Amino acid sequence: MSADPTQTLAFDTSCHLFDGCGFPAPGLHSFMFEPLWGDADGNGFYFNKPMLLALLGSVIVVGFFWAAFARPKMVPGKLQMIAEAGYDFVRRGVVYETIGKKEGEKYVPLAVSLFFFIWMLNLWSIIPVASFPVTSIIAYPAVLAAIVYITWVSLTFKRHGFVGFFKNVTGYDKSLGAVLPLAMVIEFFSNLLVRPFTHAVRLFANMFAGHTLLLLFTIASWYMLNGIGIAYSGVSFVMVIVMTAFELFIQAVQAYVFVLLTCTYIQGALAEHH
Amino acid sequence: MNHALVQLAAEAEKENPLIPPWPELVIGLIAFVIVFGFLAKKLLPTINKVLEERREAIEGGIEKAEAAQTEAQSVLEQYKAQLAEARHEAARLRQEAQEQGATLIAEMRAEGQRQREEIVAAGHAQIEADRKAASSALRQDVGKLATDLAGKLVGESLEDHARQSRVIDRFLEDLEEKAEAAR
Repeated sequence: MSADPTQTLAFDTSCHLFDGCGFPAPGLHSFMFEPLWGDADGNGFYFNKPMLLALLGSVIVVGFFWAAFARPKMVPGKLQMIAEAGYDFVRRGVVYETIGKKEGEKYVPLAVSLFFFIWMLNLWSIIPVASFPVTSIIAYPAVLAAIVYITWVSLTFKRHGFVGFFKNVTGYDKSLGAVLPLAMVIEFFSNLLVRPFTHAVRLFANMFAGHTLLLLFTIASWYMLNGIGIAYSGVSFVMVIVMTAFELFIQAVQAYVFVLLTCTYIQGALAEHH
Repeated sequence: MNHALVQLAAEAEKENPLIPPWPELVIGLIAFVIVFGFLAKKLLPTINKVLEERREAIEGGIEKAEAAQTEAQSVLEQYKAQLAEARHEAARLRQEAQEQGATLIAEMRAEGQRQREEIVAAGHAQIEADRKAASSALRQDVGKLATDLAGKLVGESLEDHARQSRVIDRFLEDLEEKAEAAR
């Protein structure tokens, strides 16, 4: 938002084409929010809109599953059926497929929570008034990626011991011969250092880009709404709708990818090294 | 306002979007822990129990249906076996009855034959006895008539018994001789 606390929209609405002001392009500032409470400049605690959306998101996810699962019935109602379908999708479609049923059962709650939490935070992007994907702020994907990272690293230690852990993360394989040291270094970096980063950034960057695109076309639709620009404004508005539909798809896909990678990492941690 | 926007943009450029501020990390963690806590501790175990119960109920239903089918099959086979047995039994009984009927008829026929022969034999004997009785009565009557007639003719009483019987015998012998001669 703007530094002007009275402005609640993502851009300056008084600016139009041919009015003599430049295009208020979206940028990093579109992802900065004035605190609702506290001061963002100092080192103290503050509270802003994405935080509110994050907490509201968890309330909605919990509320949804509470309404569906708190008093479950043998013959499910509509809500329970929908929730069961979602639950089953993550459980069977992701966890059982990657980790297997026996070992995977323990990680189902983590995967289900991650999927629906991330999906909800992504969905805020196209929900009016909220209109902001919380996951386009790196802190949220980073926390989730860190949780996953801690989970699989500690699991690898527990499963294989110290030497086993080292062999596991470096992809130790004698048959590689002379290339082995190089492969081990690359694998070590790739698995232990780069992996959590890419895990978080993949989600963050997708939502960041998606939100920027949506903003770009939304602002353009408004900005060009003057004189001959109205024709272009219409085109831009069609793009807003198209991009919104596309984002709806991307939001689900990114939540799915995040959880799928989580399960793949856990599966890798459980796997026996050669 | 424009100035403020430019200032904010400048501030934003300074901040690296890949470096998260700590309050956001804390809120993110809290938000996720809320979701995970509720789902992992309460809601998913609850629904798992119900899913398991449902699975068992469905499997139990299938098992019950299978058991019922097996029972129905066995009952059907039993019924068919009984029906076949009953048919066999009926055929046997009919056969037996036919045989019994045939022997009965044969017996009755034999009995009838025997009775008929008896009746015929009895009739023959009766006729023979009647004939003999008639023959002896006739002989007496003819003798008496002959003697009476002869007595009247000769005027001599032939009532003397000894003579009488002698004369009769002689007369009859004559008659028989004549009869034989005539034959």
